[in-house]
Amino acid sequence: MSLSVLLGALINLNGSGHYVHWGFIQMSVANLVVVLLMIAVFVLAILLPFPRRKGPDQ
Amino acid sequence: MSLDITTERDASSSEESRQWTARVRNAATNALPPDRLLPDRQPAYMASWIYVFGVLTVVSLAWVIITGCVLAVMGPSWWHVSGLGHFVNSLHLWSVETFFFFMVIHLWGKFFMAAWRGNRKLTWITGVVSFVASIAAAFTGYLSQQNFDSQWISTQAKDGINATGAGAFWNVLNFGQMLMWHIVLLPIAVVVIAGLHVLMVRRRGIVPPFDIEPKDHTDTPSAAEVAE
Repeated sequence: MSLSVLLGALINLNGSGHYVHWGFIQMSVANLVVVLLMIAVFVLAILLPFPRRKGPDQ
Repeated sequence: MSLDITTERDASSSEESRQWTARVRNAATNALPPDRLLPDRQPAYMASWIYVFGVLTVVSLAWVIITGCVLAVMGPSWWHVSGLGHFVNSLHLWSVETFFFFMVIHLWGKFFMAAWRGNRKLTWITGVVSFVASIAAAFTGYLSQQNFDSQWISTQAKDGINATGAGAFWNVLNFGQMLMWHIVLLPIAVVVIAGLHVLMVRRRGIVPPFDIEPKDHTDTPSAAEVAE
């Protein structure tokens, strides 16, 4: 089995999209995943320590 | 004789200083001296992951432009059919995805830092305008794919655009017009405005945290204010 077939089997894109609804708000699951991922990366960027190069006096 | 030459040179130098080329050169070097244009040191407060998303956005934009140039050279019969064409087409799509992904996080970070502080209003404004121009560039990209997807999107978009009244001069069903906007006008706008944005960052420096903001609201805090 080739790698592309293996990766393609993880998420079946051969069909209609999935959507979530909150009242008048409608969003595709794909867009929702991206938004949640951006929020996660934003929070991690604030919380995670940035690596610093140690100087001779440190 | 030498006195005459010196006098002539002084007169010539004085005349040169009034020329627009000399005035532009002096203004540019005063605003952006080489050590500020390409600095090798940054303030200590820049050591945070939240500061990397601006440069990640620029790198993504570079990949968008590079892959877009390859697609323009090879043409749709290549990017729709061949394996390598599909690959470069996908690189173009995913570099746009990362471009917006990183740019929005960059926007969030700068918004919560109130990055327009310290005479940085133009930095903020050029970033906003570049963001809007890149959205238009992305939407015209949907219309430039040359497949049934782009036909479907254009027929859906025309009603929205016509409802705004902009359809009179922005016809999403006019493929030639949309392609030219996508590969000429909007990329030029995005690159030029993003370039100005970067130059403004170089000119004013990155915004300091709230707790070490200079008392006189100048561009950058002093070394004593930054010291940890």
